[in-house]
Amino acid sequence: MKLSRRSFFKYMGAGAGGLLALASVPRLALAAWNEAAFTADALASAIAARYPGLAVEDSSAVKLKAPAIAENGAVVPVSVSTNLPNVKSISLFVEKNPSPLAASFDLTAQNVADISVRLRMGETSNLVALVEADGKLFRVQQEVKVTIGGCGG
Amino acid sequence: MKIKASAKGDVIKVKMLIGHIMETGRRKDADGKLIPGHFITEVTVVHKGVTVFHAQLGPAVSKDPYLAFAFKGGVAGDKITVSWIDNKGETETSESVIR
Repeated sequence: MKLSRRSFFKYMGAGAGGLLALASVPRLALAAWNEAAFTADALASAIAARYPGLAVEDSSAVKLKAPAIAENGAVVPVSVSTNLPNVKSISLFVEKNPSPLAASFDLTAQNVADISVRLRMGETSNLVALVEADGKLFRVQQEVKVTIGGCGG
Repeated sequence: MKIKASAKGDVIKVKMLIGHIMETGRRKDADGKLIPGHFITEVTVVHKGVTVFHAQLGPAVSKDPYLAFAFKGGVAGDKITVSWIDNKGETETSESVIR
């Protein structure tokens, strides 16, 4: 098919209209599920996939609440909170899980940076919380000893 | 799914408990065959047309996920809508009123 300049723009216009129609369908997500980050099998690669190019620094401004000893690795209660301004997201990583990234929370200015979740831990491992704020990553980590792993039956 | 949203001062605290198997995809059945993963990937909470919470979850989140977060800008009586989608495309949406 030979396209004149005019008909090319006409087609483009139709395409853009279609895209707009798609975009106006209520979307469930701010950001889609980050499959690369959730399937990464090492802590460093999971962090790199979730937060490409961001520098990490340890911070005492981030509070991580998790048990020192978890009797049941299938249900480990974890809370993360911070007073840092402009928090964009909070992510939780279990270093020794087959896929370290466990959960990631996208926050807005409307949120109070205080989240809780229950995680599975396959074995005793470091639990790493990263808070993304002002284009930087603030890290706090804690070891959680697991008596009974949470990934088996 | 159970949702509890309560106003404490100007902060709305939201707790939710979602019934979901959260199958990891790494367990084996009695015949030694891998049970395919089946887990929630995203949870979204909307208040007055604005997304106030968005979580991306992996299979390392416990069965029947419990999530809690807080936001500002709501008052008692407002409605919030919680929806989730899993890796098989199944979804559930539920509403709750802030108390």
